[in-house]
Amino acid sequence: MSTRGKILSAVRANQPVLTSMPDIEPLKAYSNKETVLAQYTTVATNIGAKVYEVKSLDEVKTVIQSNFGTDKRIISTISELNDIADTKEYLSDLPVQLADVELAILQSDLAVAENGAIWITEDQMGQRVLPFITQHLAVIVNAKNIVATMHDAYSAIGISTQGFGAFIAGPSKTADIEQSLVIGAHGPRSMSLFLLNED
Amino acid sequence: MSTTSTKNHAELAGQFNADENRVDWHDETLWWIRQKRDKAVNQFPEWELLRETGSKIKEHTLSNLGNYLESFEANALANGVTVHWAADAKEHNEIVHSIIKKHGVNRMVKSKSMLTEECHLNEYLAENGIEVVDSDLGERIVQLAKEPPSHIVLPCIHKKKEEIGDLFHEHLGTPAGVSDPQILTETARQHLREVFLTRKVALTGVNFAVAETGEFVVCTNEGNADMGAHLSEVHIASMGIEKIIPKREHLGVFLRLLTRSATGQPITTYSSHYKKPRPGQEMHIVIVDNGRSVQLGRKDFRNSLKCIRCGACMNTCPVYRRSGGHSYHNAISGPIGSILAPNLDMEKYADLPFASTLCGSCSNVCPVKIDIHDQLYKWRQVIVKAGYTTKTKTVGMKMMQWTLSSPGMYHVAGKAGRIVMKYAPFAVNNALNPWYKQRDMPKPPAESFDEWYKKNRGKK
Amino acid sequence: MTVGLFIPCYVDQFYPGAAIATLQLLEKLGVTVVYPPKQTCCGQPMANSGYEHLTSGCNELFIDNFSDFDYIVSPSGSCILHIKDHLHSEKRENEAVQVRRKVYELTEFLTDILKVDHLDAVFPHKVGVHQSCHGQRGLKISQMTELVAAPFSKPEQLLNMVKGIELIPLSRQDECCGFGGTFCVAEEVVSVKMGVDRVSDHLEHGAEYITGADMSCLMHMEGILRRQGSHVKVIHIAEILNSSVQ
Repeated sequence: MSTRGKILSAVRANQPVLTSMPDIEPLKAYSNKETVLAQYTTVATNIGAKVYEVKSLDEVKTVIQSNFGTDKRIISTISELNDIADTKEYLSDLPVQLADVELAILQSDLAVAENGAIWITEDQMGQRVLPFITQHLAVIVNAKNIVATMHDAYSAIGISTQGFGAFIAGPSKTADIEQSLVIGAHGPRSMSLFLLNED
Repeated sequence: MSTTSTKNHAELAGQFNADENRVDWHDETLWWIRQKRDKAVNQFPEWELLRETGSKIKEHTLSNLGNYLESFEANALANGVTVHWAADAKEHNEIVHSIIKKHGVNRMVKSKSMLTEECHLNEYLAENGIEVVDSDLGERIVQLAKEPPSHIVLPCIHKKKEEIGDLFHEHLGTPAGVSDPQILTETARQHLREVFLTRKVALTGVNFAVAETGEFVVCTNEGNADMGAHLSEVHIASMGIEKIIPKREHLGVFLRLLTRSATGQPITTYSSHYKKPRPGQEMHIVIVDNGRSVQLGRKDFRNSLKCIRCGACMNTCPVYRRSGGHSYHNAISGPIGSILAPNLDMEKYADLPFASTLCGSCSNVCPVKIDIHDQLYKWRQVIVKAGYTTKTKTVGMKMMQWTLSSPGMYHVAGKAGRIVMKYAPFAVNNALNPWYKQRDMPKPPAESFDEWYKKNRGKK
Repeated sequence: MTVGLFIPCYVDQFYPGAAIATLQLLEKLGVTVVYPPKQTCCGQPMANSGYEHLTSGCNELFIDNFSDFDYIVSPSGSCILHIKDHLHSEKRENEAVQVRRKVYELTEFLTDILKVDHLDAVFPHKVGVHQSCHGQRGLKISQMTELVAAPFSKPEQLLNMVKGIELIPLSRQDECCGFGGTFCVAEEVVSVKMGVDRVSDHLEHGAEYITGADMSCLMHMEGILRRQGSHVKVIHIAEILNSSVQ
């Protein structure tokens, strides 16, 4: 018998009597939808992100231009930003060729208030490595797309056909050296979150 | 039976306690993390319901594990992932080696995987001429120090920044005496970035594997798993059979429980959901048993397989905090390690279930409600029945049983003990009495309660 | 209502004051208390060391001595928890089950069964309360800090009825003292370090007395205090609740 067969036989022989799968609906009752924008802003700031409430992409451009030099490599998946960023050429780069990206500006359609995260899928990343290899990350998300908890998030996401997706909560960090928090480990050194509130 | 090579928790803890200031530092750091956990979880009135739900999902999964493993495999295969099965550590290591060899390279970058620690993968690959660089900062530090990690989430919690500075000076060229965490982390960033950009093969662990979709999730704060995986041509993911969860929506439960329990953070910076390989990339999953199916068959101990490797039990354990992870001489230390390890080698790990006062704190911080302290008690019974105890202890216990089964004997013995303590204290207050090393013995009273009762209240 | 009084072996031998106080306190509260003279030990020291299979003698003795009472009360959380979890009898399992249902640690007996709301006790001192683990997490005598749940404490509820007493705060409310049964000698180094840290917490907050519901924890801390030459004393909670004007 193959290893696979042996393992599955052993598992089946040893597993206990079937118990029922619990319902996770009761957990959803605790979602507080009233305060999601305020909660999201507070939590995202606490985890090291810079949060900007903006009314338009023009505002986003202004902030970016004042914070990041124009001589650095800036990439975006958002075509409207093609005047401040490369929105095309990078797609034909090999992943390692993105090592010199200073800023990546991406779009997300889902944010989670309880932990300050955004959900972003492969098709929103341009290239998988981009949100990680860039020195700085900026994400634009519509304020209407903030949900309260992870249960709400997975309800919204459902089962997708995307090959890769990630919750990203703030800039990369580590506290491995004597529990001293350092922002900017291997991923981006900073994360700018633009909450688009067109109302 | 104490030779220099005999490793047991009590001896190793004794060594750890030689430097009391250091013990205090280690204890206070981990207690602080426990407090951060408390602060985070107390924001949620539904926390106990979350724990109960997580626990029940895991129990259900273990009761249907065979089917879930098959579903997971089928979905992963349909996603274009290659799935391997490894019965034990050796087979796991051989599979990983063969994948690396097939691609004609001799080096690999690895993000955190306690399973690969358990399998001693790095040593095996080194013996076979393959260089492995650990990319998690804490893991890289212990790798440079040639030590195993001491904590499953905080690998170098036992190391002071000056020691890390010295290591970096020796291996990464930082100036001598530099110990600022910002500078050291920046150094590691530059050093590991070069590794990420040049390694064709990357190995990651798996935090959760979803049967419904064939995807797996990897959680990091640093982004090192993703840097390795997305820049590589081959991504290998190693997982134990118990990492399976049934449905994607269950990730909501576990991702809410995991990091709050581990460090008090709401979630790790990155919770990456890997489903299909990048076009042109190969993705492999190695599903490992290594004793887990045996544990699954142990009625009293199978719930240890619910573990999501958060480390909360270690942070709260008053013994762990004062003895350090290395005193458990096992890849997984602390309370959870003490109930997993005897299944792998009962003789070697017979000491671990006794490295506890059974205070119960661990069971109550466990996000999936593993009855850790009850399992510690039960392992003690199994280990003694299996004979992994000393003759002295057994003789002592039998004498205790004999004395305590007879009221007459008990009173005679008690009185004798008190008389000795009163009139010949040196017989008890000496170096042979381990209690007496650092504590005074209780003062023997003039009469026992029984004697007082008989004198003052007469017969029943 | 007749209560069978169960006195832990080491309390009988080394701390009879705690047993006397327990007896007197229960009688003051109108309880008929009987002390079966043939009792010895609950068997916990053997069981926790992995030798539960040697405890049937203790179990049978316990059933012989205590099965006839309405309640069985003991000034020890760990002994009561052990009986509750592990009392078995090959020939009389039904009786064992009955016994397990009616064993109570002293403070929970006072709050839950007698529903004491007033005590004539006087103890004008600064007192630190040590939450012994088995009583707290096992018997739920007080809330543990690990859980997200409403706080409560049966020992403190009773202590707050004592005139003049001042309960001091602690940095770590419910950390284990390190006694742990045979752990106290098998892992002597860590056991003492845990005890030293626990004692320091009380000392730093100005305790004159350290009290609790388990004499074993207090015995361990007393050993350390006396080795340090400290004037701080340990005292079983029964003795505080039973105290009166000197």
